[in-house]
Amino acid sequence: MTEQQQRDLRHDEVEAGTQSVLATPRVDVTDARQNSLWSDAWDSLKRNPLFWIGSFLGVFFVLMAIVPQLFSGGADPRDCDLSNSKQAPSGSHWFGFDQQGCDYLANVAYGARNSLMIGLLAVIGVLVIGVIVGAIAGYYGGIADSLLARLTDIFFALPLILGALILLRVGPSTGLPIISDRGAGAVAIALAAFGWMTAMRLVRSQVIAVKSSDYVAAARAMGASNLRILTRHILPNAVAPVLVFSTITVGVLIAAEATLTYLGVGLQRPAISWGLQISTGQSLLRTAPHLVLFPSIILSLTVMAFIMLGDALRDALDPRQRS
Amino acid sequence: MGRFVVRRLLLTIPVLLGASFLIFAMVYALPGDPVRALAGDRPLAPAVVAQLREDFNLNDPLIVQYAKYLGGLAHFDLGVDFSNRPVLDTISQRLPVTIKLTVVAVLFETIIGLAAGVLAGIRRNSFFDNLVLVSTTLIISIPILVLGFVSQYVFGLKFGWFPIAGINDGWYSYLLPGLVLASSSLAYVARLTRTSIAENMRADYVRTARAKGLPNRTVILRHTLRNSLIPVVTFIGADVGALLGGAIVTEAVFNIPGIGRAVFEAVGQQEGAVVVGIVTLMVFFFIFFNLIVDVLYAVLDPRIRYD
Repeated sequence: MTEQQQRDLRHDEVEAGTQSVLATPRVDVTDARQNSLWSDAWDSLKRNPLFWIGSFLGVFFVLMAIVPQLFSGGADPRDCDLSNSKQAPSGSHWFGFDQQGCDYLANVAYGARNSLMIGLLAVIGVLVIGVIVGAIAGYYGGIADSLLARLTDIFFALPLILGALILLRVGPSTGLPIISDRGAGAVAIALAAFGWMTAMRLVRSQVIAVKSSDYVAAARAMGASNLRILTRHILPNAVAPVLVFSTITVGVLIAAEATLTYLGVGLQRPAISWGLQISTGQSLLRTAPHLVLFPSIILSLTVMAFIMLGDALRDALDPRQRS
Repeated sequence: MGRFVVRRLLLTIPVLLGASFLIFAMVYALPGDPVRALAGDRPLAPAVVAQLREDFNLNDPLIVQYAKYLGGLAHFDLGVDFSNRPVLDTISQRLPVTIKLTVVAVLFETIIGLAAGVLAGIRRNSFFDNLVLVSTTLIISIPILVLGFVSQYVFGLKFGWFPIAGINDGWYSYLLPGLVLASSSLAYVARLTRTSIAENMRADYVRTARAKGLPNRTVILRHTLRNSLIPVVTFIGADVGALLGGAIVTEAVFNIPGIGRAVFEAVGQQEGAVVVGIVTLMVFFFIFFNLIVDVLYAVLDPRIRYD
């Protein structure tokens, strides 16, 4: 039982006017040497090179998304001169120029914002749907669980890219507020709508695993409401695996966004996006390969940052893997 | 076992129906009027438009349209597209291409992934083990889109080893797209095998086998490998179902006329019947191979009993 859970239990006991051993603060001589899951995790993270590479890249690209000016070498992505069309990279223009003669470094740097924003928004969407559906299915069980599990199976059987592709293609005609404007919000919603299933299964199994434990029974015996038990006693246990999952998923969804945009249903011109750059560069692969190469490299590094961080977190947070 | 299979089969029916209805509902909200799109520049006579709308059931409410569609499905009639070509024709023409691509991908995935995973797992923390860890992280991180272009550029344009698009060179033209399609699964297979082998190398029965003097070869091949392969085989099995429906990007990048490309084109041309038909087929594959995997589990691991 973590300190947070003990404090919550104490709170419930005070309300119920009871007192149990579980909830009384421990006086333990060995206490100073007992580390929490998170401090152990931090110790192991500090020693993991994956974590440092991942965080460095992550911070780098988050900075790029917030202040792309810092990385564009002073060039404006929309300040183009046709006479520079398709020029190869040089000392003063590291990434060369695109077909319209725009500075490519600036374009690639300004593309980070859309990618990261969609990745984060979509993960938030995935978590909201996944945690709500998973918690309900796991906690209430029975019919609710069966129905929600079937619903999850249905979505699970549809490939992410395919589902999002169709939804985004249909989007503009539906007249729904965000879906129909073909912007970053629409892409994020489409990705969340077809990407929440793993989060749901994760939360559901965590909830089922913890539901029958003694401290949950204790909280229930003292009359804590379902909502309180769920949010204060059960869900905190699911934080570690969900954190690992979400970190990796940010990377996966950023890649999916670029793919959808490449397929023509994601972000549209004049938005600046790596997917659009790759798709435009495709036809010029023979004459100006750098137009595909640079956004591809930056996109891959961004995805890699999140996947490495997620891997490092999993190694650190899974006590079974510790020797 | 028999009862389990029947139960699982019955459970797949609502999933299949639900998934196809989901697609159906989304597709028949596709923008624009497909009949007008069909007519092009010369407007059709109102009577013709009305007749076409009637023929394609476009006037019925969604649920009735879906019911009629299911009725056709019951005797393998997937409907026709707007040029009156049966959807089943399109599928039977395009599916073999995707199946070939999947076969190539699964071969790559199994051979390279298993070999790398076994070698890394046997010698944990060796140079090769670290190499496998780093390279699988790289492969998993690189989006398939990027991998496609890079391999097209390097192996197709620079070295000229492989054709960069189309399927005119028989099986040979499937090699590069197959490898690209297999890449991330390959990395997962390698990692899964590695973890599984490394875990089993420490198991009691392996120690016993060594203690009774079995040669290293036998210990690894007969004892460790056989037990470690259970999760790997099931991963590959389920992956076949996913690959059959997940080749949209690869087929787009390499211009391969499989069902992934067909469904992508159909979404663009608002060919609802084609989209629903192919996606339902993909969902079926996915569910079918997952079912096989579940049964396979019980066959491979005698500790698992479903009855």
